[in-house]
Amino acid sequence: MSDKSSSTIFRPTRRQALGMAIAGAAGLTMPNLAGAGRAHAATPPSEPKGQVIVGFSQEPTVFNPHLPHIEVDEGIHFSVFDPLFGVDPKGNFFPGLAKEVPTVENGGISADGLEWHVKLRDDVKWHDGQPFTAEDVKFTLELLVDPKFRSWRRAGHELVQDLTVVSPTEIKWKMKEPYAPYPSILAATFIVPKHVLGAAEDKNTAPFNNAPIGTGPFKWVERMAGDHIELAANTDYFGDGPYLKSLIYKYIPDLTVLYTQFKTGDIDVIGLQWITADHYEEAKALSGTSVAVIPAATVESLSFNMERPQFKELAVRQALYHALDKKTIIDALYYGLPAPTETYMPQQSFYYNPDLPKQEYDLDKAKKLLDDAGWLPGADGIRVKDGVRLSFKNSTTAGNHIREQAQQFIQQSYRDIGVEVVISNLPPAVMWGDYWMKSEFDSVVVGINFLTGSDPDTSDYLSSKSVPAKGGAGQNTWQYASPEVDKLLEAGGVEFVPEKRKQAYLKIQETVRNDLPFLPMFQYATVRGHKSGVEGVEPNINVRIDSWDVAAWYWA
Amino acid sequence: MLRYLLGRFWQSLVLLLLVSVIGFAVLNLAPGGPLSQFSLTPGMTQADLDRIASQMGLDRPLPVQYLDWLAHLLRGDWGRSYRDGRPVLDIIWEHLVATLLLMGVSTAIAILVGTWIGVLGALRRYSIFDYAATVGAMIALSIPTFWFGLIAIYIFSLRLRWLPAGNMYTIGNGSFGDYAIHLIMPSIVLALVNVAVWSRYMRTATLDVISQDFVRTARAKGLSSRRVLIRHILGNALLPMITLLGLQLPTILGGALVTETVFTWPGMGRLFLDSLGYSDYPVVMGLLMMSAVLVLAGNLAADLTVAFVDPRIRLS
Repeated sequence: MSDKSSSTIFRPTRRQALGMAIAGAAGLTMPNLAGAGRAHAATPPSEPKGQVIVGFSQEPTVFNPHLPHIEVDEGIHFSVFDPLFGVDPKGNFFPGLAKEVPTVENGGISADGLEWHVKLRDDVKWHDGQPFTAEDVKFTLELLVDPKFRSWRRAGHELVQDLTVVSPTEIKWKMKEPYAPYPSILAATFIVPKHVLGAAEDKNTAPFNNAPIGTGPFKWVERMAGDHIELAANTDYFGDGPYLKSLIYKYIPDLTVLYTQFKTGDIDVIGLQWITADHYEEAKALSGTSVAVIPAATVESLSFNMERPQFKELAVRQALYHALDKKTIIDALYYGLPAPTETYMPQQSFYYNPDLPKQEYDLDKAKKLLDDAGWLPGADGIRVKDGVRLSFKNSTTAGNHIREQAQQFIQQSYRDIGVEVVISNLPPAVMWGDYWMKSEFDSVVVGINFLTGSDPDTSDYLSSKSVPAKGGAGQNTWQYASPEVDKLLEAGGVEFVPEKRKQAYLKIQETVRNDLPFLPMFQYATVRGHKSGVEGVEPNINVRIDSWDVAAWYWA
Repeated sequence: MLRYLLGRFWQSLVLLLLVSVIGFAVLNLAPGGPLSQFSLTPGMTQADLDRIASQMGLDRPLPVQYLDWLAHLLRGDWGRSYRDGRPVLDIIWEHLVATLLLMGVSTAIAILVGTWIGVLGALRRYSIFDYAATVGAMIALSIPTFWFGLIAIYIFSLRLRWLPAGNMYTIGNGSFGDYAIHLIMPSIVLALVNVAVWSRYMRTATLDVISQDFVRTARAKGLSSRRVLIRHILGNALLPMITLLGLQLPTILGGALVTETVFTWPGMGRLFLDSLGYSDYPVVMGLLMMSAVLVLAGNLAADLTVAFVDPRIRLS
């Protein structure tokens, strides 16, 4: 049985059907992996059965979800732990350890966003049998701002004060100031056990960190370093599932080998880093597997350092955008899989602005813009204005071959309009260190996921106060400064009603599209796959890892 | 003899110290660092990165960091990995076991087959076998291991389905037979290059010995050619191989970067690559120091063994 995209039948899973009922199927078809092309509907078994092996091309090594980690580690976190509430593919929150998702309507959040009151489930047990209570939530939120703890992230948690345990199933706190992204941050904050981690003297090196105890659908069994991690069904799980007896995360460091082991059937689900685009045609014809193209939230851009004299003028950035042949890059280098875009906001987001002007690839327009702005070709054919040559370095991760080809292609197009690009690529550890963070580059080809979960707040990237090179705390490495965007970001950051919030973010996208601190190229697409028998595998653009809904997976 | 050993010991200590200083400096002076992998995480800020760096002690001056590391090492504390926070020695030990298995089997194959081909090639010099062995060795040396590995996987795993496409064992199985079947492809692919190396050395060494007077004398005495081969030729031709094995010791324990990656073998080579990629300095330093010790120990062991088995050599 093979899945040709033309013959794919859209068959929603239970969770999707539920999600669509709630969201009213907002005209957005979630590409469906599970059950695509299957002739019969299947139901999960009555008790956990069988084993699934998920292949990852990076090794999960950080199992305490609050220590600094990379995305692959979250595969384990989602399996072993639960947040108070999670986020589904549509961007809606669904309850986890909390009885209901706190909102302004149900009184969980006060209208001014300052007072929070969360009700918890009373039927949850940790994997060691101890009951889960509000004390664990309090402990987790305090741990995140503990000065001795190497906390992964503090944004939002720093604002929490007066944490009060009302009863074992109720907790309250106040926020120092309203912070609308906090629900999205909480949806990615896994609750850890006070009675285990709290008892450790040094929480940075506690034994818990290498043998986590959670409330999640799967329990820790063992790790064979450098090879795999084994988890087993938590039969006391409070939620739906788990339906698998055993869950293995296998580390396969090379993408070709990862794909080979998917072909040989050694792994059942091909996880993070997935199938490379060049294998898509072959992969979708494989028998016994489901393979589909899934959009990701990451947006590829040609990013400028706005403080460089070459890029200060809007006309230059506009001209460079006109000379960027997105279509050829996408079709010739990325096998036509990613979707071109005009904004940093994923197109699946509720906050996406679909009305932005479409980029036109037009070298004559580009030349005219530069001519009109007074950038005229010098003796060597490169344009000059006031002693500044329109020549700049472009950098990206060395070894990313497709990107390097895109760079060379851009270099040629720009040469045609009298702009010189000097390619200077660096290894990843160097590239994304101070070189990127402290804006030491001229221009960069980079893929960034601007959102935390599904929240549209991008103050860390777009606020003029977030420039690390100027002492700011965020990651506005373009050094982009727009008073209007600053104002809108502030307004959006304290508004809790999505429909009202949306206006601010539509406008921000419009302003950024006009100012062009970066030239948006396309939104990433990944090629994902699993054996046909594995049901319930559903992509979720609002999380960073495949196994977010692993509780619902089962063998048909 | 004791004097000689003491001399070597002090020499080695100075060398180790130098290696550690240079290694530490090179690692830390390279731009980037252990936190740059987090830069592109959604919502990561410079403030968070600075705070974490300070909590990890990465913001201290380099000499201070080095002395701190050295002081811990002298007390037997190799530090903890920046990634999973476990003691460096534990991590190295786990990967060492996997590497020893693969390298042990592969080296054994390489020595047995390589010696046999080398000796046979020398005894029947300029025969078809000798030419075939020479050409074969050249080909084996020139084929990149990853390519050969992938081709082997394609043929024996994907097409014929005879052998597993990598991994050390089937998860949940782990019997002797399971390990054995998983060892076949990686150990042979890895042995291939070493067979070539060993057979070339062995051929040369055998040719050297064959033309010596004592071999002719032995033959003249009327000893059987089998006895001459084993007692007189092999015994002497293998001597330089001891040195070769000693020099190869660190390579053997260091694992095979490429083979381990292609066959998803959780050994030392992969640990080194990953630790380097994530700038996991404590683990990289641990591996560096360990391989430095192995190089020195391997050399010493080879010198001592040769002196022991070859009465012509005296150490002083």
